[in-house]
Amino acid sequence: MTVALFAVFATVLVASSLMVVLHRHPVTCALFLVLAFCSLAALYLVLQAQFVALVQILVYAGAIMVLFLFVLMYLNLKRDLEEGLHHQVRRVIGWGMGGLLLVEGVLLFRPEWAVGPLGRETPQAVHAAGNTEMVGRLLYSRYLFPFELTSLVLLVAMVGAVVIGKGRRRRGDEEAA
Amino acid sequence: MTPLPAGPPLAWYLGLSAVVFLIGVVGVLVRRNALIIFMSIELMLNAANLAFVAFSHYLHSLDGQIFVFFVMTVAAAEVAVGLAIIVNLFRLRETVYVDEVNILKG
Repeated sequence: MTVALFAVFATVLVASSLMVVLHRHPVTCALFLVLAFCSLAALYLVLQAQFVALVQILVYAGAIMVLFLFVLMYLNLKRDLEEGLHHQVRRVIGWGMGGLLLVEGVLLFRPEWAVGPLGRETPQAVHAAGNTEMVGRLLYSRYLFPFELTSLVLLVAMVGAVVIGKGRRRRGDEEAA
Repeated sequence: MTPLPAGPPLAWYLGLSAVVFLIGVVGVLVRRNALIIFMSIELMLNAANLAFVAFSHYLHSLDGQIFVFFVMTVAAAEVAVGLAIIVNLFRLRETVYVDEVNILKG
């Protein structure tokens, strides 16, 4: 059952991420990226990471992609123009590099991995207590300091985005200054 | 509440994660629209997240999922700042194609 689910969502994930890279129209790319994030969330559910799956949907497929689509709408981009020898060369080099890395990955691939010692949070224990509760307990005990620091990261990013997005003053002001 | 039966082996998840990461790398190399390059970077981050969650499940440790949470936070911050930069770039140069932004070219 889980193998079938994995196969379905892995296929959707790979296909939609390929479409993100291949499709000419930026809005279509963004929508395929939403599909990729949703299938990734489904894979997290298959891995019994319910909290991460929900956060994936809320933060990635929700917040981040809405931001992307807003910017796409604001910039009103048309289809990408990618013609000429220059782009052909770039495409050949890019896919060549990708193919090389893929070959390397296939050579490195091992069906069995020697994993380290297992932790205490077995799937049964997590299932009994509830995934979100266990993650929350860990987040507010062992990872409390990094968790508090993320608020600082978000604050800095927010201020930075406002300052950068505000842009420079109008030309006239700049020349007058 | 019975736990689900054992799923596919860890290596499948790692292989899938590697493939998605590769697609992201190719996207960064091939495309010249800065927004699509940004989306490819998001794909790479998500591929790493998938590896984290898979390891967390198979190593019986929730730390991987906590790490994914932090990665998502940083990704959100990065997208906010990056998109602001792209919008500003569009205002200045009327383009989002990275090869037309060549003011630093010698």
